[in-house]
Amino acid sequence: MKLSVKYGVVVAALLMLPSLALAADVIQGGEKQATNWTAIVMFGIFVVGTLFITKWAAAKTKSAADFYTAGGGITGFQNGLAIAGDYMSAASFLGISAAVMVSGYDGLIYSIGFLVGWPIVTFLLAEKLRNLGQFTFADVAAFRFAQTPVRIFAASGTLVVVSFYLIAQMVGAGALIQLLFGLDYWIAVVIVGVLMMVYVLFGGMTATTWVQIIKACLLLGGATFMAFMVMLHYGFSPEAMFADAVRIKTDIALTGGADPEDAATTGRSIMGPGNFIKDPISAISFGMALMFGTAGLPHILMRFFTVPSAKEARKSVMWATSWIGYFYLLTFIIGFGAIAFVLTNPEFLDNEGGLIGGVNMAAVHLAGAVGGDILLGFISAVAFATILAVVAGLTLSGASAVGHDLYATVICKGEADGDAVLKVSRITTLALGVLAVLLGIAFQNMNIAFMVSLAFAVAASANFPVLFMSILWKDCTTRGAVVGGFVGLLLSVGLTIISPSVWEATLHNPPGSAPFPYTSPALFSVIAAFVTIWIVSKLDNGKRAQIDRAGYLGQRVRSETGIGASGASDH
Amino acid sequence: METSLAERIATDPNYQALTDRRRSFSWKLTIAMLVVYYGYILLIAFGKDILAMPIGQGVMTWGVPIGFGVIIFTIAITAVYVYRANNEFDDLTEKVKREALK
Repeated sequence: MKLSVKYGVVVAALLMLPSLALAADVIQGGEKQATNWTAIVMFGIFVVGTLFITKWAAAKTKSAADFYTAGGGITGFQNGLAIAGDYMSAASFLGISAAVMVSGYDGLIYSIGFLVGWPIVTFLLAEKLRNLGQFTFADVAAFRFAQTPVRIFAASGTLVVVSFYLIAQMVGAGALIQLLFGLDYWIAVVIVGVLMMVYVLFGGMTATTWVQIIKACLLLGGATFMAFMVMLHYGFSPEAMFADAVRIKTDIALTGGADPEDAATTGRSIMGPGNFIKDPISAISFGMALMFGTAGLPHILMRFFTVPSAKEARKSVMWATSWIGYFYLLTFIIGFGAIAFVLTNPEFLDNEGGLIGGVNMAAVHLAGAVGGDILLGFISAVAFATILAVVAGLTLSGASAVGHDLYATVICKGEADGDAVLKVSRITTLALGVLAVLLGIAFQNMNIAFMVSLAFAVAASANFPVLFMSILWKDCTTRGAVVGGFVGLLLSVGLTIISPSVWEATLHNPPGSAPFPYTSPALFSVIAAFVTIWIVSKLDNGKRAQIDRAGYLGQRVRSETGIGASGASDH
Repeated sequence: METSLAERIATDPNYQALTDRRRSFSWKLTIAMLVVYYGYILLIAFGKDILAMPIGQGVMTWGVPIGFGVIIFTIAITAVYVYRANNEFDDLTEKVKREALK
């Protein structure tokens, strides 16, 4: 594949997929690599370490509260690292550094979109979530409403988001591990599935959180070291690094047959915005999906219930935002480092001048270049650990939606026995684990690039509006929340299906035939959900609507002060 | 929570001060964040040349400090909120709680 073709692939991919799907999309079809023993041994150490943690966590996991929220015993700092870990997926690391290597500045634009949702979560939601909820975001969304319909909606929203996210992670995992470790695709998928089930089944939220924290530390440490080595090479002068990168990009263009003027333009183009933004509507819509999707991802929202108080919830987001921001600064440096160390080294290039294993291997090759086999093995193992930690969190979130929202609240009307709830959650974990492995294998050769963007779009269009309106608008009613939520859910899924990334790329309709021309449905589906909630609530004057509105004062006082919240009354 | 307790708390001047100040502060910061981010996006959509303009004689463009600036701003604005909440808002919350549970 020529570099220019890869450029197109990455930029096209960037427009629609916020996560691992990126890795999967470009890696799919990549050949299996030689077995990498250093990486396997390092990953083995990680697995043994985390299994010990799971054993320790299992002894502490007795009640449903332990299983879902680690008994509320996680500190703000720890939780901040865990949230950052959920966010710094293998795709953020490999995908964004690859994007920076290929197109320079566009990679930075993309990573900024992921970060800017966090202050909104901090200012408007984090503390109120902690004060109102117990195990799932449905506790908050359904606080003053009729339980059954709102819980059914929230569980649907959760399971849709979790399923799409899981499939994307599994397919990405298989493809990535095939490349990094030289294992067969299906073996990789089964290993991820089995380990994830062990963590969640036995260790619950305690194990899931600590696996995520350890991985976050390893990833931050490894990325810091790589960025440090790159900056050291340039005497800590960004200007020298950028100048070198522009020179290398110009040389590559010259070698590719461009005339000197075009080559110079190509070289300079990495220092400014390129093709990332096609049209303003796609840009704003995509920005909305990332910004509000962050505030609607069930496996992230769930983490706010693992801390003991609203104050710790607030500290969590502060730490998470800082770590994630720092991480994106590192990936930018790593991407530029890859231009200098990887693109100029024939050892990492195939016969046609492309990267061995595809562009997403940029950070991995850079690790080999600046730290030898040890760092290469370490970074590969961390990439595997990352996927494992993220799927564990996703599965736990799906299990809590079924166990707590559907079984305990909808089926048993809140009268369920704690052990029975735990049992249902564990069975769900098993079912989700098996399903994830089977779907991961079934979707191996499909274009799954749209799945993570779909997960973000659904989270932004269904979960976020309902959560936001139920907490902040006193006239919101059960009917408004449920109807509006389902409108957001169906519209975001429907518009994604008729958008180019599915209609053309996956369903193989001719280019340009997609009825919905934009990259992301969020601009339309988020607004539709809010407007529907507003209109339906305004028109709703039934008996239930009066109860819903009367409940607002009590909910508001609790959300503001934490009086009556579980685990927050130890003053 | 019982309605009577909620009503009693709602009339507490400390509670009113807490919610009024926090709400207006939160919304101001939210709007600031939206303006900065969507301003950046619009700059990319309509003012690509500004971001691609080199700083002085060098290779580095204005886009780099502006992009890094958005990241730093995001962290800083979160810190501003957390700082005020940790002090002023938490003190007020404590007062409300003491009053309510008397």
